[in-house]
Amino acid sequence: MLLDIKNIHAHVEGDEDKEILKGLSLQVNVGEVHAIMGPNGAGKSTLSSVISGNEDYEVSAGEMTFNGKDILEEDPEDRARQGMFLAFQYPVEIPGVSNKLFMQTSLNAIREEQSLPALDMFDFDQYAQEKMQLLNMNKDMLERSVNVGFSGGEKKRNDIFQMALLAPKLCILDETDSGLDIDAMKIVANGVNSLRSKDRGFILITHYQRLLDYIKPDFVHVLYDGKIIKSAGFELAHELEKNGYDQIIADYQAAKN
Amino acid sequence: MSDRLEYNTEYEEINELLTSKSGGYKEGFFTKTKVNTFAKGLDEDVVRAISSKKNEPQWMLDFRLKAYRHWITLEEPHWAKLEYVPLDYQNFSYYSAPECSACSSDDGDSQLEISEVDEEVAKAFASLGVPVAGNADAEKPNIAVDAIFDSVSVSTTKREDLAELGIIFCSFSEAVHEYPELVQKYIGSVVRYDDNFFASLNSAVASDGTFVYIPENVRCPIDLSTYFRINEAKTGQFERTIVIADKGSYVSYLEGCSAPARDAYQLHAAVVEVIVLDDAEVKYSTVQNWYPGDKDNEGGILNFVTKRGICKGKNSKMSWTQAETGSAITWKYPSCILFGDNSIGEFYSVALTNNRQQADTGTKMIHIGKNTSSTIISKGLSAGVSQNTYRGMVKILPTAENARNFTQCDSMLIGDKCGAHTFPYIEVENSTATMEHEATTSRIGDDQLFYCKQRGIGEEDAISMIVNGFCKDVFKELPLEFAQEAEELLAISLEGSVG
Repeated sequence: MLLDIKNIHAHVEGDEDKEILKGLSLQVNVGEVHAIMGPNGAGKSTLSSVISGNEDYEVSAGEMTFNGKDILEEDPEDRARQGMFLAFQYPVEIPGVSNKLFMQTSLNAIREEQSLPALDMFDFDQYAQEKMQLLNMNKDMLERSVNVGFSGGEKKRNDIFQMALLAPKLCILDETDSGLDIDAMKIVANGVNSLRSKDRGFILITHYQRLLDYIKPDFVHVLYDGKIIKSAGFELAHELEKNGYDQIIADYQAAKN
Repeated sequence: MSDRLEYNTEYEEINELLTSKSGGYKEGFFTKTKVNTFAKGLDEDVVRAISSKKNEPQWMLDFRLKAYRHWITLEEPHWAKLEYVPLDYQNFSYYSAPECSACSSDDGDSQLEISEVDEEVAKAFASLGVPVAGNADAEKPNIAVDAIFDSVSVSTTKREDLAELGIIFCSFSEAVHEYPELVQKYIGSVVRYDDNFFASLNSAVASDGTFVYIPENVRCPIDLSTYFRINEAKTGQFERTIVIADKGSYVSYLEGCSAPARDAYQLHAAVVEVIVLDDAEVKYSTVQNWYPGDKDNEGGILNFVTKRGICKGKNSKMSWTQAETGSAITWKYPSCILFGDNSIGEFYSVALTNNRQQADTGTKMIHIGKNTSSTIISKGLSAGVSQNTYRGMVKILPTAENARNFTQCDSMLIGDKCGAHTFPYIEVENSTATMEHEATTSRIGDDQLFYCKQRGIGEEDAISMIVNGFCKDVFKELPLEFAQEAEELLAISLEGSVG
């Protein structure tokens, strides 16, 4: 199993009363695409933060293994080096640092973990050019500062480009579709689809069903109240689109009481 | 000169003690050599004694005395955003030199012959990577170096090659003897003896420094450089540097600084005067890495420096670039007087403070000539519990038709106990002026760090990447080797500042 989350409880760092994940479990195998949907405030972004090791959140109970290894105590950079990638809801700007330097440093950190030799500037450039075509990116992008002056769509595309470069085992997309127009979304979806493989798993966290029409997931989960309250196949996305979350939530509340 | 002013000492090995105290400051070693140091204290006799040690002509002594007599009427200024107890100027020694130095020789030439560089001093410079005569680095092709150890210049390399082009590159003391007309003409012409408290002090007790003259239409083919090293405890270094670029000439001048880790303050009050004539250009770069004191603010260099360049001729250009990472206290405003029409002044600065360091630094751009333009880019980085202040003045005089200024000052905070302050002064007396001012303050965000880490980049690498990105606009102005040194310095100075 690629990612195995068992009964995870998590709260905001330093605020134990504010539990956000309340016993969440999720299993992801390679080759699978899982969509996590849910209303605002359900804990969707917390889930991506907890999986990737963001220190703003503290896990108080539960287990999490990645490639069969317990990673709860590991730093985010170590998780990343083992093949975990998060596409951010709001990709961060780093002024004065070129995309080229940033991604070369990143890629070489990951290659080092895999005992591969570092890529020099020229090899990296060549490798990056191939991936850029995939996402229809401007050639000058590599020279520009990381996400500085990028439009919302460009930032998301840049994150997917990074994902293509790093070829991770597990890709988590945190509301990557939010704020994208339909063309940008198609480009992002194309990028993701081209990376789908039997050796790689995906978690798509999204508010809307729109993206899922382009990236057909194998599983759809409804996250509510810090737990997965319903899981099913792709058809669940359509059901949610038609009926909203109300019925599923009502069923969950009834079962809880 | 009375004998009571001097004593000879030999120091004990205290490296071990210091390494444990100074942590990451790798220049914090101490050189054990026989030295000739004046007793602490300052009065007219001391000023005369310094002058006599250097066998100076009467006019130089007169200049010193005039400055000294003015200085004693002044009070130490405390308008900067720096907190320190007023210094006891009687508690510093005002002259120190390696004993085998030729300073006291009778021929009046304070410059050492190659064979005369004290072995220990030469070793000290070698371990700092500074080329001095006789060490392997001296043959580095692209740079000529004047190495200054406490109060004296111990070696100047590549002089013969430069002399063929008519370029004068020597110690200040030597220039006083060899080129008295030039020194007399220009000393105090940009920074007067009564300019400010520290400039007056420097004029009175100036130790050594570098003298550069680039003749008409000569483009200096290599970088000229001075490396300053304060070794002696409780000593001041008061170097005086004069750079003159005659019509149509160009020079790139670099200075680097370091000092041993000491638990007492050391005083550094330098004056630099740069004169740029018609169509000439001077690029002046500094990497300042004086000992900043330890984490509890014990010791460190007090750095009170007056640097000023005058673009005297038309179409002249003066450019200051500084990377300031050291010193317990920095008080420094490299300035440009834009006198010639169409002259250009530039100031690019990175100032980093960590632990309890305090810096109050910036620039002054005084526009006098027509169509003069100036650019100021200042990047302040504060970490630990340090305070970092940008203080800048742009003044457009009524004669300065069509003057332009662009100012950008950005501050970055690392951690939440440090401070960043910006005090821009703008005085415009000519309505044709164009002024632009931008200022930002940001924090190294947890979100930036997490973004880097999620891409597999470790915390220290991430911080160094973010910080260097922040400083990029300034570092790209530094000569290549210096830029690399500055980047490394930032990384060392920031070690352990986050998390």
